[in-house]
Amino acid sequence: MALSYLRSSSSRSANLLRPLSSAASLRRPISTDTTPITIETSVPFTSHQCEAPSRSVETNPSELLTFFRDMALMRRMEIAADSLYKAKLIRGFCHLYDGQEAVAVGMEAAITKKDCIITAYRDHCTFVGRGGTLLEVFAELMGRQAGCSKGKGGSMHFYKKDSNFYGGHGIVGAQVPLGCGLAFAQKYSKDESVTFALYGDGAANQGQLFEALNISALWDLPAILVCENNHYGMGTAEWRAAKSPAYYKRGDYVPGLKVDGMDALAVKQACKFAKEHALKNGPIILEMDTYRYHGHSMSDPGSTYRTRDEISGVRQERDPIERVRKLVLSHDLATEKELKDIEKEVRKEVDNAIAQAKESPMPEPSELFSNVYAKGLGAESFGADRKEVRATLA
Amino acid sequence: MATGFHGVGAAVAALSSSPSNSFDSKKLLCSPRRSFPVRKGASFVVDRSDGSVNLDNNPKARRAQQLIVNAVANKADSSPASSSSKPGHELLLFEALREGLEEEMDRDPRVCVMGEDVGHYGGSYKVTRGLAEKFGDLRVLDTPIAENSFTGMGIGAAMTGLRPVVEGMNMGFLLLAFNQISNNCGMLHYTSGGQFTIPIVIRGPGGVGRQLGAEHSQRLESYFQSIPGIQMVACSTPYNAKGLMKAAIRSENPVILFEHVLLYNLKERLPDEDYICNLEEAEMVRPGEHVTILTYSRMRYHVMQAAKTLVNKGYDPEVIDIRSLKPFDLHTIGNSVKKTHRVLIVEECMRTGGIGASLTAAITENFHDYLDAPIMCLSSQDVPTPYAGTLEEWTVVQPAQIVTAVEQLCK
Repeated sequence: MALSYLRSSSSRSANLLRPLSSAASLRRPISTDTTPITIETSVPFTSHQCEAPSRSVETNPSELLTFFRDMALMRRMEIAADSLYKAKLIRGFCHLYDGQEAVAVGMEAAITKKDCIITAYRDHCTFVGRGGTLLEVFAELMGRQAGCSKGKGGSMHFYKKDSNFYGGHGIVGAQVPLGCGLAFAQKYSKDESVTFALYGDGAANQGQLFEALNISALWDLPAILVCENNHYGMGTAEWRAAKSPAYYKRGDYVPGLKVDGMDALAVKQACKFAKEHALKNGPIILEMDTYRYHGHSMSDPGSTYRTRDEISGVRQERDPIERVRKLVLSHDLATEKELKDIEKEVRKEVDNAIAQAKESPMPEPSELFSNVYAKGLGAESFGADRKEVRATLA
Repeated sequence: MATGFHGVGAAVAALSSSPSNSFDSKKLLCSPRRSFPVRKGASFVVDRSDGSVNLDNNPKARRAQQLIVNAVANKADSSPASSSSKPGHELLLFEALREGLEEEMDRDPRVCVMGEDVGHYGGSYKVTRGLAEKFGDLRVLDTPIAENSFTGMGIGAAMTGLRPVVEGMNMGFLLLAFNQISNNCGMLHYTSGGQFTIPIVIRGPGGVGRQLGAEHSQRLESYFQSIPGIQMVACSTPYNAKGLMKAAIRSENPVILFEHVLLYNLKERLPDEDYICNLEEAEMVRPGEHVTILTYSRMRYHVMQAAKTLVNKGYDPEVIDIRSLKPFDLHTIGNSVKKTHRVLIVEECMRTGGIGASLTAAITENFHDYLDAPIMCLSSQDVPTPYAGTLEEWTVVQPAQIVTAVEQLCK
């Protein structure tokens, strides 16, 4: 096909095609190309009590480029949040997800917005994956009105009800029973949808996880427990916290699958497999082998318990965005320049969102007392001096 | 409606198995109606959620009183309605709770129950008996012994719009779910900027029972009262138990309904028609002039018992069952304080950090100018509830102490 000739020639001589590529009529329709491609995951899946899915993943150019764009957006967003935190515009706790983007992006590719996702406090990218806007993210991080929780939640409390994103939880492990409750509600309403309850390798040692897993298995709930194993529970390495760091096997009677969490396609395949499994057979555990470049949070340099060599080693060999970039280039789906353009575009988008978020005002004082109860109870609330500020709890 | 008391034998037998060596089992549940002073012009009064207050002698209520007392139905009553066609039906408190729950489950398919032994076993206090057979295993769920996670699951389900009723077999066990109740149940509506409501009901029996030991005699209302975003109510009669249960289920806010282990066998005649009680309203049990006695749950009965003695001694106490522990019904309480100018709080919580402590602060702040004397608060001792019967008696407030306190307050 003429187009494919053009494509292959462009990768050899980008200069020749530069003037032509700017003409709209000759622009390759890469972003909407859905011809299927089959790509092998980086490593095969390891399974526990079930048959692992195939290593070959069906995808298409459009999806790969979406992966690239979304992950680049998430990466840039987290780096920008880092700068904002150092500029003291974001306060308190800020847990960054860079390095782990493939999990959020791969998961979204396998499911619909009717499926529920619930995660812990490292939730910025998961929120964006569910359809949250950058403005909502930055405004919430800076405590402004335009934030997704009106500035009252903060970094650890992002929610998006209309796309079934249930947050956003600060207490380690507490979101897993909530997630099993979501799955229960799905079974109750016969939704044919599933819940992904994400937690970390640190939370994997919480008792309530096993309680919830037991109940989910007993009641056959469509719950998928996803352990995002970035190998460090804050400052403690997994081998120092867990006698058995094979988190996918921890379910015992519940099947499990270990996935390379830095490979978005592997994540997509695993989540697809898990969704089918959960709808038929009840809960399943997915362990995503992933890595975070930042420390646990912005107050943690991240280098006292691991070496810089380790971090840069992972960045060089396993970075999720680089992997997709290499795939795109080796399959001639886009040029280097186009990918760089996407990254520039993304950077501009993030900068615009930050500027817009900075203009959003702080919440009104009356917001202090709103949303405490679902309907105004007329209960009165006092200020610190207990005589002056009286407001009715709404 | 007058609250009747169950017959002697059945009540003692139905309670926990300890032998009736503690003095107040009989006195508490079987005080004969006739010794209740029915003054001319005002009888036993209950403030209803519809705002109506029966100040007149309710002939039916009085006839009910007389009928319960007299072993033989006497024709001298000469009422047109005989007992069989009297409106309403008699229920024990746990049956009233069940009726409320069942009606709500019939009315709204999103209501479900989860807890330990609530399904096939029928509930450790029989509140959910029969519901599993009627509604099936998906709506009445037996959970394993995992309070933290099944409370969390209830909250997660509530986030999607289901309306679970989570039972703690004993309120004390819910300490294991404190994180879920405080952070997720109470705060999610706020931290999500109003996106999620948590229409969950958490209920269970608490309070000091019959020698159940320290860990099974806890009063969790004092621990939960600070959690923003939840409502707490305590039921004390079959009427308000059913009403509060229904209101709690219909509420969009998380509600914690405190029942009491010793009150499950109270009997009362309930109306046949549908009714609910206002969650934020206090109940006027006995209007009076001299002193306001604020109480809730089991202590209401100790107070009423003390009230008999007080009336004989010439005092006129106003007794209010506050019912709503969070938020307080400062409207009803305030009106009463403005009338009597003296307040006595009788509670089962411990002195430190209990409901009484908060109520004292709230009344002092709001109605300081109307008080003629400092507020007195009678609470349980700050000790783990001992096993020995005599010691356990001394832990909670007894009617004699209430009488002494009122005499001191009205000096």
